[in-house]
Amino acid sequence: MFTQLKKEWFGNVRGDVLSGIVVALALIPEAIAFSIIAGVDPMVGLYASFSMAVVIAFMGGRPAMISAATGAMALVMVTLVKEHGLQYLFAATILTGILQVTFGWLKVARFMKFIPRSVMVGFVNALAILIFMAQVPHFIGISTMTYVFVAATLAIIYVLPRITKAVPSPLVAIVVMTVIAVYGGIDLRTVGDLGTITQSLPSFFIPDVPFNVETLSIIFPTALALSIVGLLESLLTASIVDDMTDTTSNKNREARGQGIANIVTGFFGGMAGCAMIGQSVINVKSGGRGRLSTFVAGTFLLFLIMVLGGVVVQIPMPALVGVMIMVSIGTFDWSSFKAMTKIPITDSIVMIVTVVTVVITHDLSKGVFAGIILSALFFTVKISKVHVSSLRDGQTLNYRASGQVFFASVTDFIDEFDYQPDGVERVTIDFSEAHVWDDSGVAAIDKIVLKYRENGFPVSLTGLNESSSSMIKKMGVHDKPGEKLSGH
Amino acid sequence: MNGSILLASDGSAHALRAAEEAINLAKSLSKDIVVAYVVDYDQSKKDVLHSTGSLEREQKRKKQLQTTEEKLQSAGISYSIKLLHGVPGPAIVEYANEHEISYVVLGSRGLNSLQEMVLGSVSHKVAKRVQCPVLIVK
Repeated sequence: MFTQLKKEWFGNVRGDVLSGIVVALALIPEAIAFSIIAGVDPMVGLYASFSMAVVIAFMGGRPAMISAATGAMALVMVTLVKEHGLQYLFAATILTGILQVTFGWLKVARFMKFIPRSVMVGFVNALAILIFMAQVPHFIGISTMTYVFVAATLAIIYVLPRITKAVPSPLVAIVVMTVIAVYGGIDLRTVGDLGTITQSLPSFFIPDVPFNVETLSIIFPTALALSIVGLLESLLTASIVDDMTDTTSNKNREARGQGIANIVTGFFGGMAGCAMIGQSVINVKSGGRGRLSTFVAGTFLLFLIMVLGGVVVQIPMPALVGVMIMVSIGTFDWSSFKAMTKIPITDSIVMIVTVVTVVITHDLSKGVFAGIILSALFFTVKISKVHVSSLRDGQTLNYRASGQVFFASVTDFIDEFDYQPDGVERVTIDFSEAHVWDDSGVAAIDKIVLKYRENGFPVSLTGLNESSSSMIKKMGVHDKPGEKLSGH
Repeated sequence: MNGSILLASDGSAHALRAAEEAINLAKSLSKDIVVAYVVDYDQSKKDVLHSTGSLEREQKRKKQLQTTEEKLQSAGISYSIKLLHGVPGPAIVEYANEHEISYVVLGSRGLNSLQEMVLGSVSHKVAKRVQCPVLIVK
């Protein structure tokens, strides 16, 4: 236990410290931009990024994963912030944490396997589209100089890595564009126009909201959506980090850790956050492997805000927009276009419905639900076809059923049989390749047997597997004396 | 030397030519082959999104090496497959230096030519840092 803990914290000190610093630098512009998406002061996102990272370093289940203020969470909270204000956001953040701790306690991670991959692909694509859409008001139709700055920012972001990878290129772009804007005296909107930066440490306080049912009814829907979105992205990110590092992680501990981190974040004036795919990938690529990397990312971020607070407000908005366009391009799963030609059409439909639902409702959790329901329907339709083949053997008619006999398949199943076969004395139905799942399936078999019996053909059922036959024994009526086909 | 031959492969045509040379070498030295397939960091996100679990992922990745495996099987060489994770060059170097490997065989150019343009050739970097003899197949 202790050696494991020591390894998770101090097994890779040099790599973890360096990668943590890189991530802290890369986090600053994103934390500010996500605050702006949520409609809150940049400090709310910066504090959140600090406290999420530090708490998750201790409580998380996936070492080297980075959690902070994220776009996915920011998008979910927009309406709450707009209609009820900041204090309600803090309260919702705490409630989000409580819900996530509960989910972790209920071992929710095992339900992740029920979320189809096309829904997850739809989730990240919708997230990318929403992040991009959130940037539009900040650069379309403002001024020519705005376009120039966005373009220049993107150019630096994508060209610089070809020369050096020592520093995160988005940060270099932000610094260069800020210097040009300030010293060139160019008139652009800045971060300072949208909020204030205070160079003070976050402090503990209880959100200033009335403690009553009305408050709960205001924050609960948002908190529930936040907790689901947060866990989805966190567990997806954990799987990606698992794969990158060829190690495993404790997903339920991660779910609980996300909850604790959000509770702490809410009490320290931060917005709800979760794990970040992009930053976690940067961390692992930069050599981060242990919990120390996440801890360093959080603490170094706070140190930077303390030192640089005054400069941050001068960052021109177009530079931040450029960084966010990069984030949305990086988030989008471009391979899904290529995959569309290979995967079943129903998978593509599920993915597109997930994306469209999110883009219309601006709520990632609604898109996920729509996607899950639709793919469950497709799955039901797919397996609801029972194949019935018949073979005449003298005066016996042998049927062979294969597939799943359940509520969705019984109607067609019953119609597959010929109830007035000529020159036949008895009927057998072989179920060795079929499975009876529910009372509808049992009722269908009853109906078939009784119908044949009514028409004067004795029926024998063979090959039923154990669970199917015990269900028929329990619920079926055809083998009980005196039964007739009921009048429907 | 007792070590195996490490064949770095991404399933590309170049890697297949390297496989043939590795087979010749294995035959004349009567050694076994370890086929190493490196899963790049950027590939992880894509693969995790598009697969249902780690089992399916492993299967998909090994499928890239199907033709290589067929070649090895028909040559009657005993081999094993190793999936490595990380940046292709360093991952191969690390594996070769930390395991009983007496030769490394790799193609001169992999699938990702853009990366090569930016980062320099993977094979060159591997040749410089691996401690055993390296055979680069053109």
